[in-house]
Amino acid sequence: MNKHLLSIHDVTAEDIVRILDTAESFREVGTRVIKKVPALRGRTVVNLFYENSTRTRISFELAAKRLSADVINFTTSGTSVAKGESLKDTALTLQAMGADAVVIRHSSSGSPLTLTKWVRGSVLNAGDGTHEHPTQALLDLYTMRDRLGRLEGLRVAIVGDVLHSRVARSLSFALVKMGADVTLVGPPTLIPPDAPSWGVAVSYDIDEVLPKLDVCYMLRVQRERQRQQYFPSVREYARLFGLTRGRVGLLPEGSMIMHPGPMNRGVEIDSDVADLPQAVMEEQVTNGIAIRMSLLYLLLGGRAEEVSADA
Amino acid sequence: MGAATILDEAEIRRAVTRIAHEVLERNHGAAGVVLVGIAARGDDLARRLASEIERIEGTRPPVGVLDITFYRDDIGIRAEAPEVHETRIDFDINDRTAVLVDDVLFTGRTIRAALDALVDFGRPRAIQLAVLVDRGHRELPIRADYVGKNVPTRTGEQVRVCLKEVDGEDAVVVEEPGGPA
Repeated sequence: MNKHLLSIHDVTAEDIVRILDTAESFREVGTRVIKKVPALRGRTVVNLFYENSTRTRISFELAAKRLSADVINFTTSGTSVAKGESLKDTALTLQAMGADAVVIRHSSSGSPLTLTKWVRGSVLNAGDGTHEHPTQALLDLYTMRDRLGRLEGLRVAIVGDVLHSRVARSLSFALVKMGADVTLVGPPTLIPPDAPSWGVAVSYDIDEVLPKLDVCYMLRVQRERQRQQYFPSVREYARLFGLTRGRVGLLPEGSMIMHPGPMNRGVEIDSDVADLPQAVMEEQVTNGIAIRMSLLYLLLGGRAEEVSADA
Repeated sequence: MGAATILDEAEIRRAVTRIAHEVLERNHGAAGVVLVGIAARGDDLARRLASEIERIEGTRPPVGVLDITFYRDDIGIRAEAPEVHETRIDFDINDRTAVLVDDVLFTGRTIRAALDALVDFGRPRAIQLAVLVDRGHRELPIRADYVGKNVPTRTGEQVRVCLKEVDGEDAVVVEEPGGPA
């Protein structure tokens, strides 16, 4: 495996299978009375979050703690970052403290890659701008494989604001890598122009796509990332692309509904649809811990290389 | 160079049968006894032991499988994260007598890790250890309660246990260093 996880392009299909298989064992750990194993005792994981994200941060934090690693949470408010410290100086500080892994979330695409120049430990991308969010994609793959038994040949639609979604990018790349059939669905303004080069299909009509799916993956309408008007109104969007109670009837028996959270109930997904048994958002959260444990274990479970010599 | 067979199929069968009798004798029957095999091969041996106990006593003790990867003591020494296997103990071990089952007892480090792993599942009344082969060279103060065969070895030699369930045949072989893998 690659030392860092910046993008789905850092892992091969073989790596993905290994990550998912290892996560299987960690999910078992999560069912024990004592949900903690000493696998990463003495290792230090830093959560460096330049963007608010409670769920991803606590998921990584819990994952590292269940592996017995020491965790430092470095958030931007009330720290030296708020005082104007650059990413480089923050990175060098973390390096001097002997961080074995840095989990970074940043609003600028590519900042995790930049970080690798300054820290010697592993860098894990927890979402960078509109670029990628690889751990989310891997936990989604795990959830699909767990429920449906396979990834190859799965028919998956990713519906909504693909343009601003790092989740959609990572998930598309990962699914295509594993041989799934991916269709991006949304208004033309929110489908990236280069999407066909990802190896996916594109549709602007959700009703036509729904009857042919194993997985319907709804994206959050990210109003905070949209700098201009991409659709006339939220109500119109909900009517044209929202997963309503009526549309769920179009989905084949046994198909799954997924959402990376946090949901805008009533916008991209109806509130009572989100509570249906085929909607697996809670499983996604639980599996997220197991996937992040698996990644931390696989990236940090080997030799410490130069890191410990310097620390 | 070469390999010497130290236990054949019949001898492995007799060893498992004898250990089953010893477990029953020592614990006054099968009541309260649970078996936990250490992956890989310890779990297969644990299932065989359970079948023998069932044949003798009429009740089959529950069998679990334990993967000790997360409890190893070589973090920072090993080059890569070791491969993980399944752990499944779907019964209560509190106040039971847990018999750990492994194929080969060598340095004792695997058993140390297994003890740590097992107590994360509860507090057994007692933990005992059954191994098919004890090859010596302990690095920790650990001994087995039940031993299929004591085999004096040199440190560099490899003791390989083959079981029908995974290897297609039953045999225990001692190989010279650099012998066939």
